[in-house]
Amino acid sequence: KHIQTIKAGLYGGCGEC
Amino acid sequence: MVHTYACEGDYIAIDTGSGSVHLLDNVAYDAVNLINDGKTPDEARAYLANAYCDDDAQVLDELLELKAAGLLFSDEPAVDAQPAGDVIKAMCLHVAHDCDLRCAYCFAGTGAFHGQRALLSLETGKKALDFLMARSGNRRQLEVDFFGGEPLMNWDVVKQLVAYGRGLERQHNKVIRFTLTTNCTALDDDVAEFLNREMRNVVLSMDGRPDVHNRVRRTREGGDSYDSVIPNALRFVQKRGDGQYYARGTFTAYNLDFGKDVLHLADLGFTDVSVEPVVSPDSAPYALKSRHMDAIMAEYHRLAVELARRRDAGEPVNFFHFNVDLDGGPCIKKRVSGCGAGCEYIAVTPEGDIYPCHQFVGEKDFRLGSVLDGSYDRAKTEPFRASTVLTKPACAGCWAKYFCSGGCAANSYHKNGDITEPYALECAMQRKRLECAIWLYVTARK
Repeated sequence: KHIQTIKAGLYGGCGEC
Repeated sequence: MVHTYACEGDYIAIDTGSGSVHLLDNVAYDAVNLINDGKTPDEARAYLANAYCDDDAQVLDELLELKAAGLLFSDEPAVDAQPAGDVIKAMCLHVAHDCDLRCAYCFAGTGAFHGQRALLSLETGKKALDFLMARSGNRRQLEVDFFGGEPLMNWDVVKQLVAYGRGLERQHNKVIRFTLTTNCTALDDDVAEFLNREMRNVVLSMDGRPDVHNRVRRTREGGDSYDSVIPNALRFVQKRGDGQYYARGTFTAYNLDFGKDVLHLADLGFTDVSVEPVVSPDSAPYALKSRHMDAIMAEYHRLAVELARRRDAGEPVNFFHFNVDLDGGPCIKKRVSGCGAGCEYIAVTPEGDIYPCHQFVGEKDFRLGSVLDGSYDRAKTEPFRASTVLTKPACAGCWAKYFCSGGCAANSYHKNGDITEPYALECAMQRKRLECAIWLYVTARK
């Protein structure tokens, strides 16, 4: 293997953040 | 769009459309860059077979598998980019347009925001909180940041407004997240006890090494301030427990080796540190210029390497600008809309005037209204409401757009005269910080 996926894949819109 | 870079022997690819992060070997790194350069998979395969060997050329199959899975060269997400609604949920409350320090780089004009020195009255403060409640719609989580100037110069009003806000919480079934920024000169045990009880975050202003700090953070009388603020801040942090705080510094052209200031603060005992680039007119002697960028990039890199070493040695330092949350990060709407200045987020002055954020205070063209009479010029908020990372031409081709959200509207305005035109140096520093942050994430998991 030449590639190690460290994090795969970017809910919400509630506006509370 | 895929961004590739090398850091300390690690080859990393960031897929803009999916947010995926991949660690590559040198063959895969070349393969991704060949595709980025416009080569077809067959052309890339032929090139790699010649440069490496036939087996290595099979990396193209891995690339195509990841592409099919939507994790590399992926399409960007469809985002409902409708402008933000009418609610206001966060307020920067200027309780003091005065300060007991005279910091050279203060964007607030040493506290007075280029106007008269003034303190917020309790009555105006209450009207500001009432305004927030009335405008917050169905939002339950609200934020109020006590800001200045130096908020502790109006300490009784801060305490009374917190008490008033707690009453409003019960009355309206909402939660106010109070925060405060202080220069620590008046941060005694009584103040610390109150802050630790009531403030969800406290920002402690200090710049790092004594000579760096004292060069710009002067007292009213022109003296040094390091020796009077650091003991106060350390005593506060020791009592803070698990409560959130940041030792927050500013770096300028005077200390392009700002990583040493981050580490100095960490060595003093501050585990949560943010040292951020100065925002200033280009004419200022300490202003950051294009010619400083190479040194700044190298310093961010050196800092990342040292923070990785400390993390691996069990002595982690939380450096704010290397925080990137890939596991529970903000939703796509938040990523697109950013800080909310001028729509969800406003600033209120001691006179009750409303501005899009603290960095616009004093810019009369941006005055939105007043909490005293409840006026609010919605038309003036429209440019802020409509401005997202998807509407800024400079952001369209940027790999970092879903992490940075399009930059600071105030910086854009003050540097380019247009809130929709990002400040290029800010963009360059942001991209470098993201590369460092994602490298730190990768090295913790590879």
